[in-house]
Amino acid sequence: MFKKILIANRGEIACRVIKTARKMGIATVAVYSDADKNALHVQMADEAVHIGPPPANQSYIVIDKIMEAIKATGAEAVHPGYGFLSENPKFAEALDAAGVAFIGPPKKAIEAMGDKITSKKIAQEANVSTVPGYMGLIEDADEAVKISQEIGYPVMIKASAGGGGKGMRIAWNDEEAREGFQSSKNEAASSFGDDRIFIEKFVTQPRHIEIQVLADTHGNAVFLHERECSIQRRNQKVVEEAPSPFLDEATRKAMGEQSVALAKAVGYASAGTVEFIVDGDKNFYFLEMNTRLQVEHPVTELITGVDLVEQMIRVAAGETLPFQQSDLKINGWAIENRLYAEDPYRGFLPSIGRLTRYRPPAETESYLPGVTPSEPVVRNDTGVYEGGEISMYYDPMIAKLCTWAPTRGEAIEEMRVALDSFEVEGIGHNLPFLSAVMDHPRFVSGEITTAFIEEEYPEGFNGVELPEALLRRVAASAAAMYRVAEIRRTRVSGRMDNHERHVGADWVVVAQGQEFPVSISADKEGATVSFADSGHFRVESDWTPGDPLATLSVDGDPLVLKVAKVPNGFRIRVRGADLKVYVRSPRQAELARLMPEKQAADTSKMLLCPMPGMVVKIDVEEGQEVQEGQALCTVEAMKMENILRAERKGVVSKINAAPGDSLAVDEVIMEFE
Amino acid sequence: MKDILQELEDRRDIARQGGGQKRIDAQHSKGKLTARERIELLLDEGSFEEFDMFVAHRCTDFGMQDSRPPGDGVVTGWGTINGRMVYVFSQDFTVFGGSLSETHAQKICKIMDMAMQNGAPVIGLNDSGGARIQEGVASLAGYAEVFQKNIMASGVVPQISVIMGPCAGGAVYSPAMTDFIFMVKDSSYMFVTGPDVVKTVTNEVVTAEELGGASTHTKKSSVADAAFENDVEALTEVRRLVDFLPLNNRAKPPVRPFFDDVSRLEDSLDTLVPENPNTPYDMKELIQKVADEGDFYEIQEDYAKNIITGFVRLEGSTVGVVANQPMILAGCLDIDSSRKAARFVRFCDAFEIPILTFVDVPGFLPGTSQEYGGVIKHGAKLLFAYGEATVPKVTVITRKAYGGAYDVMASKHLRGDFNYAWPTAEIAVMGAKGATEILYRSELGDPEKIAQRTKDYEDRFANPFVAAEKGFIDEVIMPHSTRRRVCRAFASLRNKQLSNPWKKHDNIPL
Repeated sequence: MFKKILIANRGEIACRVIKTARKMGIATVAVYSDADKNALHVQMADEAVHIGPPPANQSYIVIDKIMEAIKATGAEAVHPGYGFLSENPKFAEALDAAGVAFIGPPKKAIEAMGDKITSKKIAQEANVSTVPGYMGLIEDADEAVKISQEIGYPVMIKASAGGGGKGMRIAWNDEEAREGFQSSKNEAASSFGDDRIFIEKFVTQPRHIEIQVLADTHGNAVFLHERECSIQRRNQKVVEEAPSPFLDEATRKAMGEQSVALAKAVGYASAGTVEFIVDGDKNFYFLEMNTRLQVEHPVTELITGVDLVEQMIRVAAGETLPFQQSDLKINGWAIENRLYAEDPYRGFLPSIGRLTRYRPPAETESYLPGVTPSEPVVRNDTGVYEGGEISMYYDPMIAKLCTWAPTRGEAIEEMRVALDSFEVEGIGHNLPFLSAVMDHPRFVSGEITTAFIEEEYPEGFNGVELPEALLRRVAASAAAMYRVAEIRRTRVSGRMDNHERHVGADWVVVAQGQEFPVSISADKEGATVSFADSGHFRVESDWTPGDPLATLSVDGDPLVLKVAKVPNGFRIRVRGADLKVYVRSPRQAELARLMPEKQAADTSKMLLCPMPGMVVKIDVEEGQEVQEGQALCTVEAMKMENILRAERKGVVSKINAAPGDSLAVDEVIMEFE
Repeated sequence: MKDILQELEDRRDIARQGGGQKRIDAQHSKGKLTARERIELLLDEGSFEEFDMFVAHRCTDFGMQDSRPPGDGVVTGWGTINGRMVYVFSQDFTVFGGSLSETHAQKICKIMDMAMQNGAPVIGLNDSGGARIQEGVASLAGYAEVFQKNIMASGVVPQISVIMGPCAGGAVYSPAMTDFIFMVKDSSYMFVTGPDVVKTVTNEVVTAEELGGASTHTKKSSVADAAFENDVEALTEVRRLVDFLPLNNRAKPPVRPFFDDVSRLEDSLDTLVPENPNTPYDMKELIQKVADEGDFYEIQEDYAKNIITGFVRLEGSTVGVVANQPMILAGCLDIDSSRKAARFVRFCDAFEIPILTFVDVPGFLPGTSQEYGGVIKHGAKLLFAYGEATVPKVTVITRKAYGGAYDVMASKHLRGDFNYAWPTAEIAVMGAKGATEILYRSELGDPEKIAQRTKDYEDRFANPFVAAEKGFIDEVIMPHSTRRRVCRAFASLRNKQLSNPWKKHDNIPL
């Protein structure tokens, strides 16, 4: 076995590999760019080597720099993680030449699977099901119809040079195929100056399901079942799970066996993933093979009890796989949610900056990759820490939160609570969106496709309204907490003896536009909150005033709230909702009702500063007419100049900022007529 | 007997009606609460004890003798906020527009006298059309009497003004002399002369909101310390402020039970100061991570943002915080920030509230507008305020402490009790670049040489150790242990005794 390995990566995956290496008693070497000097993977590794400036093309993907680091530290093997150099055959070659082991597949397999056309050809030869289609030149509409019939409807007619949906038609019958061919051809000619057309099977209700394979250098190969990754946003995976709620045993077996066949066909060794697209009738078609460890590998580890990183290292060291296909059973259900530094309320714009608070939910201590769980598991693979900086140079994914439980429903429930317990402040992030997905009835039902996010959030994400039942639990919790905080206030020094304030039992909770009169009866263990209309909740918690995270038990069920103080109440974040909950005495509530509803300022005619930064330049003047897309001003943030442009045509009526001004998020830079 | 008791109830009912239901409805329709409703929200439920409910005016001009409503347009008395005594007056806009008469003024003066005698804060809820014109000079005299009481009470008991409606003309000068002024957005305004007079005299066209609304006074004029959305929120937040304040100048700051670890370590503070000395960071993060439960009551949040002032609790006890804000103008001192912080420091000193200062200051803002505006004397205010303060003073230098601004910001030389520095601190006359350009003027043509000189200067002074060698810094501390170190420092100063020489009063450069 190797004594020392180098991890040619950063972030959570570097940390992930270090963990397993440490378990195996292997020393680790991290590499880092200037931007990662204080990164977590550098702190965790036994040694760290600086490899250059922040941009990856000057550091992490420069083969020579990695080779120098290997030389300097005497590492015997390299784990490439994912991305960067992980699927670069030249890197595998360079390592080979230097006599250093590559913890990944042979170079030939990388090359063969790296090319879309070659890989499809090899797959076909290995009897792997591929998307039926016709790649040759199609003469006329008659031929198009004939080909379409052969493929079987529905079909997609596409321009070879196409892109952005142009020159693309879906046909469900001969007539549509005829028409579609002609219009695609015309559109392609005018748009791209290239009217070549091809036809392939149109996959309806597509799901993205992939098979994890593992092979050694002794000709053994197994599959570790599937992962479903249908919840994607613009081809970026967001939620993954294993197993898939859709596959039956026969389909799973067929997919798994074809994947193993493909692995064997290319002489694969190491961990790899065969990606399929699966239609509503459980027909599956090969997409591509990823010759590396996948981001979402933890869900497979959770259901199989296999440490994939460990097996990759062992295979690279020439060991034989310690198990056979029949040993690999599916145990329970695992879900992964990817935490991105992207602001869901601003169209998922990447967000950078300082993590002023970063407290992931407590991980299950008894769990380590390679363990077969029996009790629910929370696992968080992360590469960041509180006080760390999210830079603009790398992938915005900052953590992968996984839960495991015996059933899918339980795993989802674990995930909901884990997301609620995850504290991230200082940057925009997608936690609320993830919570929303976990509560979405369609996700819960398992009836998902790769179009889920597009279809369910066509206007983007605008937060969540809590359903009444949950709202009441939140209201009861807020009332109980507010009462505790008010009682503490009455314990201040300097009060008039015998004339203290007595905190009452009756309150009115206002949340999401609803009023809930409640009455609280408290004892040592907690409080019973009775609603005036009907029902009551038993609220118990060790929360104390000022604690930003309240872990409560409401009628015995867990509820975790992120809590911040506002006048007369709390800002509460839970299950993707972000709401103000006011708790008032009945008299306060009566008087508060007299207060006018203030309309939030209409910001549609304003240019708001999208991030904290400094105004470098104002490009327009008051009274000037601007066109859509015209540059309005430049704001510098994090040493990056951001040009803000007009969203629509208009006339600048007022400019509120001048070059040199420091602006906060949402400060008004200029207004339009 | 029963009839007599009944008469009291009847008279009370009439008094509580103020200007009658129609005017109460009108008040509500403007989004404003009545004087009595406001008191209900300000004080603990059922704790209000009223004075002078039946006082009526004595004016007989202009037919005034026919309308003598009991109370005369102001409700006065005392009650408790979380069990601690406060005096309150609340002007009743439904009675003669809350206008101030001789008797109205007398009612206010009475509770102010009591507040001073009994050592409790005075809270004024202002909602008044101004002087009672029918009374003429008697009304003006009334104002002056109130002013004199404000002046006498200043530094004896905390005085808080909440502007909840109009406050114009002479009326503004009573709040102006109190310790804190709060406003309600969209329903309050303050000015010496209103839009009509402004138009006549200067031809300027301006709305009441633009001239003296909450936004104007919190952002531009600094007259107000904070603005709130509505009456309910404003009164809630005044209660929260009172929780921080001592009752009078002989009382200790209040202490309340706290649920935070005195020794809480914050590892993330070790990375708060960026590597590049010119990159800003948010000083509020430090304040929140040091404070009990992250609770910070900011004063003048929207004005002169290059300095932060406000109250926190450490170990449950109130501490005033002054901190440079590197996010704004690099945290430099200028006219506005010096005035803002000086007034805050003097409030803390007057009421025995210890002061915690976080320093990251590159110096005073240069420029003609600053010099013409008298930055010398305004900057001196902050220097003076820190120097005269005898309360416990603990200072932490996080990064830059350059030049005269270093001296000003509660340095050891101004009787600072504890002066801590983070390892990232740079205590120097100026930044390395500026220093070498002066020291090595002759070498300016040679960038290589100058770079070396700059580096030499940085190596020598861009650290806290030169100052520590001289004892100007008591200890260099790890950022993550700041809360523990600061808490222990203040704990050791609980019995601090320090007094200034006898004088009638000082002569701070106003």
